[in-house]
Amino acid sequence: MSKYKIVDHSFDVVVVGAGGAGLRSALGMVEAGFSVACISKIFPTRSHTIAAQGGIGAALSNVNDDKWQYHMYDTVKGSDWLGDQDAIEYMCKNAANAVYELEHYGVPFSRLENGKIYQRKFGGHTRNFGESMVERACAAADMTGHAMLHTLYQQCLKHKVQFFIEYFSTDLIMDEEGACVGVMALSLEDGIIHRFHSNMVVLATGGGNRCYFSSTLAHTCTGDGYGMALRAGLPLQDMEFVQFHPTGLYGPGCLITEAARGEGGYFTNSEGERFMERYAPSAKDLASRDVCSRALTLEIREGRGVGKNKDHIHLHLEHIDSHELHEKLPGIIETAKIFADVDLTKEPCPVIPTAHYNMGGVPTNYMGEVIKPTAGNTEAVVSGLMAIGEAASVSVHGANRLGSNSLLDLVVFGKATALRAKEIMKPGAAKRLMPAYSAESTIAKIDALLESKGTSSVYEVRLAMQRAMQKDASVFRQKDSLTEGVASIDKIAGSMDNIGLADKSLVFNYSLVEALELENLMLTSRAIISSALSREESRGAHSREDFPERDDVNYLKHTLAYGAQKKDKVVIDTRPVHTWTLTDEVSYIEPKKRVY
Amino acid sequence: MVEFALPKNSVVVKGKYFKAKEGAKNIRIFEIYRWDPESGENPRYDTFEIDLDDCGPMILDVLMKIKDEIDTSLVFRRSCREGICGSCSFNINGKNTLACIRKINEYKGKIRIYPLPHRPVIKDLVVDLSTPYAQYEAIQPWLKADTPIEQDKERLQSPQERAKLDGLWECILCFCCSTSCPSYWWNGERGYFGPSALLQAYRWVEDSRDEYMGERLAELDDHSRLFSCHTIMNCMDVCPKNLNPGKAIAELKKLVVSRN
Repeated sequence: MSKYKIVDHSFDVVVVGAGGAGLRSALGMVEAGFSVACISKIFPTRSHTIAAQGGIGAALSNVNDDKWQYHMYDTVKGSDWLGDQDAIEYMCKNAANAVYELEHYGVPFSRLENGKIYQRKFGGHTRNFGESMVERACAAADMTGHAMLHTLYQQCLKHKVQFFIEYFSTDLIMDEEGACVGVMALSLEDGIIHRFHSNMVVLATGGGNRCYFSSTLAHTCTGDGYGMALRAGLPLQDMEFVQFHPTGLYGPGCLITEAARGEGGYFTNSEGERFMERYAPSAKDLASRDVCSRALTLEIREGRGVGKNKDHIHLHLEHIDSHELHEKLPGIIETAKIFADVDLTKEPCPVIPTAHYNMGGVPTNYMGEVIKPTAGNTEAVVSGLMAIGEAASVSVHGANRLGSNSLLDLVVFGKATALRAKEIMKPGAAKRLMPAYSAESTIAKIDALLESKGTSSVYEVRLAMQRAMQKDASVFRQKDSLTEGVASIDKIAGSMDNIGLADKSLVFNYSLVEALELENLMLTSRAIISSALSREESRGAHSREDFPERDDVNYLKHTLAYGAQKKDKVVIDTRPVHTWTLTDEVSYIEPKKRVY
Repeated sequence: MVEFALPKNSVVVKGKYFKAKEGAKNIRIFEIYRWDPESGENPRYDTFEIDLDDCGPMILDVLMKIKDEIDTSLVFRRSCREGICGSCSFNINGKNTLACIRKINEYKGKIRIYPLPHRPVIKDLVVDLSTPYAQYEAIQPWLKADTPIEQDKERLQSPQERAKLDGLWECILCFCCSTSCPSYWWNGERGYFGPSALLQAYRWVEDSRDEYMGERLAELDDHSRLFSCHTIMNCMDVCPKNLNPGKAIAELKKLVVSRN
């Protein structure tokens, strides 16, 4: 074991991940006077927040009259009532200020003639509780994530956040009382292992939908925080809810923003029919994402797909004025040209529902504190650990996230972690003791991989996992295929023992990183597919063909999945949905049938 | 006597040759720069025969195919695979660009993939970008204004004022521009900020909300930070996002000169 050198660090707060959520948290923590380390496996502006296109949701009323209460209603309905309404209230109420704060930081939002922030329509966002679609997504062209991520990084530079870039976090360090006391990380440049001792770790590691074969996501979205939480004995919540974005580019899967439909785009099938009118008579092409993805999938399944193999759908933008299109959606025009050789100003875009976002994640309360239920307390907080962004399940997105609510989630709850930390801890305070075993699991894991002599490659195992997930845990699910999926993922997870790394180097060993990422993806897959099997109803993005209706009597509750090691069976538990609001400014929205 | 030959340890030698599988019909040759700092050996270029019938259409697909299936020790950065994160910038057939948005069939014959030029190589295609990152930080790329703002309102900015930022704010920090600039090769460590940082300097000078234009221009007004640009325009030629850092630099020079 002594062949690995360990470098020790001590900070009040360690933020793991430098996307929108991690940067906003780090910024808030520094402003609150804490010493902060922000660890990221890639340079901050390469994080996947960069890919968010259409906008950040907030009821600013810049275009049409809007209220945060409407936004809350839409979010609750979008979540198919699985979202925690106290957290949703908190997010929607703080949305406008979060956007103004971003503007004050310098985000180059697009502007209206009167100089205010430009807002556009987005799926599922309505005024007056479903009356009509409303312009709520605050946008910087169709590169809002880019604008936000770069601006937040700039603010972190201004506030001198200490970054540890190209450090891959391997494990949370939990003490014997179950508190988090820090995190282990591998410096990629030299292969040195680092141990960060802290009073608070903030997981902001993003999602893990690279466990699917076809995904809108970056190669780096590998569920690292999910894996770290599970290995620390913590649950993941609502992982069965995987958002399939209706408009992934057919083939490469690159995201084509929902703003395309917000600006007037629409779908057609092989008969040239605008079929969304049949599935969502009121919202039509701007129904929420789960509804659209099911509609597209059904059209294809019933033989009305377009193309040679009738396996995708057309998205039309060519009727929109070309100048306007270039001004409002320049990014997707470029993407469609490069990856599909399609000129959106002249021809339809080939699209297909593609894995996009994890509604589930590490369970937290609305202040970002991680929850691990105990026998008597379903809201018990894990000391020293927070989670935010796609890594977390607060839960504001419930069973289906509305477009533009993820960018909002990042900054609102990123900031919330700092506000909470200020309440519960002091800068420079003494830390809990670092347990003697802190580095063992990380060293053992890295050592085993560097010494591995197996015959299969990371690529082969990853591909098998991605194919199984695509086949058995996709838009529509049923018991037989999910049961089969659980078995095949278990088998594939078992085959990880036979991985052999050819690269034994310590300098930039991306083979090693990919193997560590694969373990996280595998744990993510297992949580997703086992949770999906356990939920015998259809709600939001989780569509069970054998249980087509929502079942509030038995399933208005969060799923929890535990399973730290790839060989353990995944253990499923549940926890109640928060059926209350944060304040009496708004009352609990009772479940009702969800139609668009 | 002045020695004009490269130091011996930096000569790129011919490396391994990886043949395509039997029966491959649509083969392209890729030469890829390799250097392993732990080996003590010279850098080399390895040659890969790639069956294009069994590979995605982009240059990044080739690199991933090699890493996944042929030589897992190949090291390169990548993330978004759609031209927005700026990770996979390399020198491809002599020109800096992003591997993920370049199609294989844009190139004829043998394709050579090298690291970004004139940056210290860490390993294979991974280079040290700490200098351009530091230069980016040095231009203070954040909004600076003293006029009090109302917390619950946005600052106003007209669409015309906002339009001045188009072509500037979209930079993804891939550094294709700076590392293609001969003046940056020579002066990058001697004070010249390079096109990437200067494009961002201009982005903040042009932002109607920023109140520190004078200070920003003063910071650039020395003999090298800005004025080491000799209008070679490689920056504009290579920018994978079709931005024009050279023009931004020219505008900055005008502003600095007219200020004096």
